[in-house]
Amino acid sequence: MLRLEKRPAPSRAWTAATPVLAVVLTMIAGGIMFALLGKNPFEAIRIIFWDPLFHESFAAYSRPQLLVKAGPLILIAIGLALGFRAGVWNIGAEGQYIMGAIAGASFGLAFYPSESPLIFPGMIIAGALGGWAWSMIPAILKTRFRTNEILVSLLLVYVAEKFLASAATGFLRNPEGHGFPGSRNLSRIESMNNPELISGTGMHWGIVAAFIAVITAYVLLNKHVLGYQIKLAGQAPRAARFAGVNPNRLIVLCLGMSGALAGLAGLFEVSGPAGQISIDFNVGYGFTAIIVAFLGRLHPIGILLAGLLMALTYIGGELAQLMLQIPAPAIQAFQGMLLFFLLAVDVLSTYRIRFKKEGVA
Amino acid sequence: MMGIDPITLIVALITVSTPVLLAAIGELVVEKTGVLNLGVEGMMITGAVMGFVVAVNTGSPTLGFLAGMASGMALSLIFGVLTQLLLSNQVATGLALTLFGLGLSALLGVGYPGSTPPVVSDPFPAAMAEIPVIGPILFGHSLVIYLSVLLVAAVWYVLGYTKMGLIIRAVGENHDAAHALGYKVIRIRLMAIMFGGACAGLGGAFLSIVRVQNWVDGMTAGAGWIALALVVFASWKPWRALLGAYLFGGVTALQLRLQAAGIDIPVEILAMSPYVITIVVLVIMSSDKSRTALNAPAALGKVFHATG
Repeated sequence: MLRLEKRPAPSRAWTAATPVLAVVLTMIAGGIMFALLGKNPFEAIRIIFWDPLFHESFAAYSRPQLLVKAGPLILIAIGLALGFRAGVWNIGAEGQYIMGAIAGASFGLAFYPSESPLIFPGMIIAGALGGWAWSMIPAILKTRFRTNEILVSLLLVYVAEKFLASAATGFLRNPEGHGFPGSRNLSRIESMNNPELISGTGMHWGIVAAFIAVITAYVLLNKHVLGYQIKLAGQAPRAARFAGVNPNRLIVLCLGMSGALAGLAGLFEVSGPAGQISIDFNVGYGFTAIIVAFLGRLHPIGILLAGLLMALTYIGGELAQLMLQIPAPAIQAFQGMLLFFLLAVDVLSTYRIRFKKEGVA
Repeated sequence: MMGIDPITLIVALITVSTPVLLAAIGELVVEKTGVLNLGVEGMMITGAVMGFVVAVNTGSPTLGFLAGMASGMALSLIFGVLTQLLLSNQVATGLALTLFGLGLSALLGVGYPGSTPPVVSDPFPAAMAEIPVIGPILFGHSLVIYLSVLLVAAVWYVLGYTKMGLIIRAVGENHDAAHALGYKVIRIRLMAIMFGGACAGLGGAFLSIVRVQNWVDGMTAGAGWIALALVVFASWKPWRALLGAYLFGGVTALQLRLQAAGIDIPVEILAMSPYVITIVVLVIMSSDKSRTALNAPAALGKVFHATG
């Protein structure tokens, strides 16, 4: 008979090995899914994981896309991971991402057609503030009224989406856009553009910000007392309270940081790759970032790698759609499966599996 | 407020509320056993697509409802195995279920938007539905709506007045004590999780087959999350979940009518009102310390690992 025995401390080897194991299991299960869709599973997996990087004709286009897609995922996931570690569940990053983009774009467009070099930095600050402010709603409701932050932050995503619709068709609509919804194209306005910094790499300011976030989070978690408090509050809330950690302060800080980072991601997206505020410029990075955070073991370096891998599945998914006519949602299901497998094999790092004969005490 | 007939509004309210009510009553039982399943949205939308696909292909709404239930149950079983046998974090696993369900449903529903589902016949003769005022309100619905109210009554009775209810509550309050008394904590929780999945799946199938009569990607639009909020609003009491669902349905039906009537409020403000009102109600409920603290199952969300 199989039984689980709790390890005194999580196994380090398994903690590092489980994400890899989960990816392999997902490839197998995903392959079965693709076979059920009537596609060659080996070809599909190759197109998703190999061709975007190494195919002779597609790689030139796909490789820069890797950073473009990984940037926002990493930026959002870093913020979420800090909260998840502390037991603060912000799952409304998608809403904070939208509000950051709207706030940043509104700031820039308010000064149109000024060409001041201060506009883009101002937009960055406005974007971070927009995401931060949106995340303060669940934070304040949680600290003041003990309202569940999971439900509030998630429900606010739907509110933000409606607000986005009203922005794109109303106060941010391009006055020269012949009545079509959508704002002016920010990426075509010199002072508001988030350009590709090194040609052919996909590198833009959002990816620079993501790298800075990874390093800052690493230092914060390993060297700073706040990082210690975050980890303590997540693992032993009672001990944390005795150690003088103020749980409310931690909730406000964690939600605030993740909101600001999600807002930044939104601003960089809307002024760069997406180009404009439109009804559906958001593609669900805020939700996928949850998978990235867990796949990266809530560890900054892990998140960096997980973000790149998840970006690869996005690009590979588009390629598979093009070459094998695999429907686009298959990739979303594939990403969801990855999180399932990760959570399933996680048991190996915290528990030991023992074989035990029935009846032996 | 011209053009809004109170009777049609009430009829619409009942139809709008039923998917959320079904999901909420299932989740209420799950949470009573001490398990928090945040995957309601994912199970609902999968129920919606499977129910719709089966109903369209077989021409039988009943088979559609059953397929919706079965698919919700199948998804909930993944959650059950992960959280109960592999001891994974319930919050993370529930989120995974929602993300997976949204992707899976979109995949299964490719090619179905715009199909016409079979018409669901009402259990009462048409003549009864023509009785003024009470006719359309009481007798003009599909069978699932009456079932949903019966289900609330059954859950209320079982939880409050039977031995099974007592065991369910014991497991949810203190799983270690329940285990020491010889109750199979994991088995009971797995069954509750599957009941919750079936309810959410049926709610989803009702949404696509009866209410919207179409399949649209992401059509649940947060209904699963609202169901989770309703359980808190109801302080884990079945009849209050019914009240909450009808309140929510009332707001949704009213704002849809107001949009159609072209009233002088921006459409987006009306469309966000159900979500905002849900948040406001959550705040009011959770700010009352005594009420929520007394009723929330004590072991909610905690991992159970029998050492003995």
